[in-house]
Amino acid sequence: MEILQYEFMQRALLASLMVGVTAPAVGVFLVQRRLSLLGDGLGHVALVGVGVGVLTSSAPVGAALVAAIAGAVLIELVRARGRTSGDVALAVLFYGGIAGGVVLLSLAPPGQATNLDAYLFGAITTTSTGDLVAFGVITVVVLSVVGLLGQRLYAVSDDEEYARAVGLPVLALNVVLAALVASTVVLSMRVVGLLLISALMILPSAVAQLLAGSFRQAVLLACGIGLVVSVTGTTASYYTGTPSGGTIVLLAIALFLLVTLAVAVREATGRRRHRRRVGLHAAHPHEHGEDCGHRPVPHGDHVDYDHDGHLHAPHRTGTGVHYDEHGAHPVTTPAEGKAGRP
Amino acid sequence: MTGHPLAEQHPTEPDRAPAIGLRGASIGYGDVPVVQDVDLSVRPGEAVAVLGSNGSGKTTLARGLLGLASVLGGDVTVLGAPVGRLRERGRVGYVPQRHTVTGAVPATVREVVGVGRLARRGLLGRPTAADRAAVAEAIAAVGLGDRERDPVASLSGGQQRRVLVARALAAEPELLIMDEPTAGVDAANQETLARVLAEVSAAGTTLLVVTHEAGPLAGVLTRAVVVDHGRIRYDGPLAEAGPLAGDAGHHHPGDAEDRRGTAYRQHQPWTSSRPVHARDGEQ
Repeated sequence: MEILQYEFMQRALLASLMVGVTAPAVGVFLVQRRLSLLGDGLGHVALVGVGVGVLTSSAPVGAALVAAIAGAVLIELVRARGRTSGDVALAVLFYGGIAGGVVLLSLAPPGQATNLDAYLFGAITTTSTGDLVAFGVITVVVLSVVGLLGQRLYAVSDDEEYARAVGLPVLALNVVLAALVASTVVLSMRVVGLLLISALMILPSAVAQLLAGSFRQAVLLACGIGLVVSVTGTTASYYTGTPSGGTIVLLAIALFLLVTLAVAVREATGRRRHRRRVGLHAAHPHEHGEDCGHRPVPHGDHVDYDHDGHLHAPHRTGTGVHYDEHGAHPVTTPAEGKAGRP
Repeated sequence: MTGHPLAEQHPTEPDRAPAIGLRGASIGYGDVPVVQDVDLSVRPGEAVAVLGSNGSGKTTLARGLLGLASVLGGDVTVLGAPVGRLRERGRVGYVPQRHTVTGAVPATVREVVGVGRLARRGLLGRPTAADRAAVAEAIAAVGLGDRERDPVASLSGGQQRRVLVARALAAEPELLIMDEPTAGVDAANQETLARVLAEVSAAGTTLLVVTHEAGPLAGVLTRAVVVDHGRIRYDGPLAEAGPLAGDAGHHHPGDAEDRRGTAYRQHQPWTSSRPVHARDGEQ
């Protein structure tokens, strides 16, 4: 492949691969916690770090990491103290971050790489070998922590009050999650840019939650989707000459819309099929009950009735009760029949 | 006789610390006490209903025991330790007042119940065979053994409540605190819950159930504590708690105390200003 001949594209693809897997692995907890925009806010805060890094001619990636993690810890402490003032405190922190970053970058001496666009929207082809090493370390650390603490992070994201009641270290886990988000923000900086970071954390999880049957499945699926979208987007951006960040995010949104549509269609046909079957029994002669003459058959949490060789399950809706088909004739055992009676 | 001084009815056994001990306790949020000057001692293995109308402070009382509301005065001990310093919080099970499991991302029954086991596993502990067995056992106990791998969102509301009960049971708690476990749950699910709690209680677990109607669980809970305006107004046998114990419609079939049927029917759970000492004259 032509694209792999260039070293800068090799580095770009490697970076997008790491970002693609890592961002959703963290993002899925944010979606669960309904804090989808936390990543966005930490992206703002990271810009101060970038500004400091550029101004002091030290590594912007390292400085951004420090700023973002400090911001993340601060946010969790504010959140833990109470909610009323927390909202405003977050706004101050986030906008302070981006304003500080812009001003600091403008103060940088001429000749410095002060291209604000590169940080805000990503400039994946400028990824250096040094960046790759830093990204590799961040990826390994973030994925290891998620692997190690995943179930606990899930517990806190799902039901914080319960977690506190049973003695899980809620504040510590929240700080860990926020620090993971901050690290991922910095990791994603080059690939999708600080303004689009949240998208790569949230969109793959949003797609996964429509398809997955379990939380574990959702995490793995989100990582897979993130990987595909990120690498495909980067490749596409090379051929179309568009910015990688925007291309990746548009691709993710397209996938999200497609899956949403597919799920909606599937549900609609399911409902239609259900109504058609119900129609067969629209003129049901009587309501099944204890002494209706049809043999009751326990089925999960309800009781079916053996009606001329097939099972009827009561389905109560706003307009009354009708009977769904619940399969063919069961094997008849007297004990089963007895157990079905209330 | 008026009043039911709990000290006379429930003397603390000297050999065992009470599962729950409140002395002159005030509990609330921020600086505002909701429950004031409460004395209560629950022995290990007791099954207690905390009754009261909405806003009476019964939930705050329970939340104080869980460390979710602040102790503003007096002493509160749980399993022998002051509530703030109870190190093994996993010994306390909690079923919150929540009708359904509402996470944005799907989770299976086993995943939700597995969370209940975390507090027993230490900070980094991996699940052991014993942990997995406890989770499976808890799920089977609430009658959802065949739904273990299903997403919780695909279950009915009553079944989701049972998932939350299983989550608490997975920790094998010594003290189980439940907030309105029967509210909004149909009769069949209430019966299942009563059966599960009977088993848990028989195994020696202390039960504290916050509810506005003890009726569905009257066969399990033996003692009633009635909270009104942040103070305990009755503490004694549930069967003698009168109209406060619940209404006849949900009376447990195993309980033969039908002579109070009329009183039960008169009880309106939504009124907050009804007299709380109605039964006192008859004792």
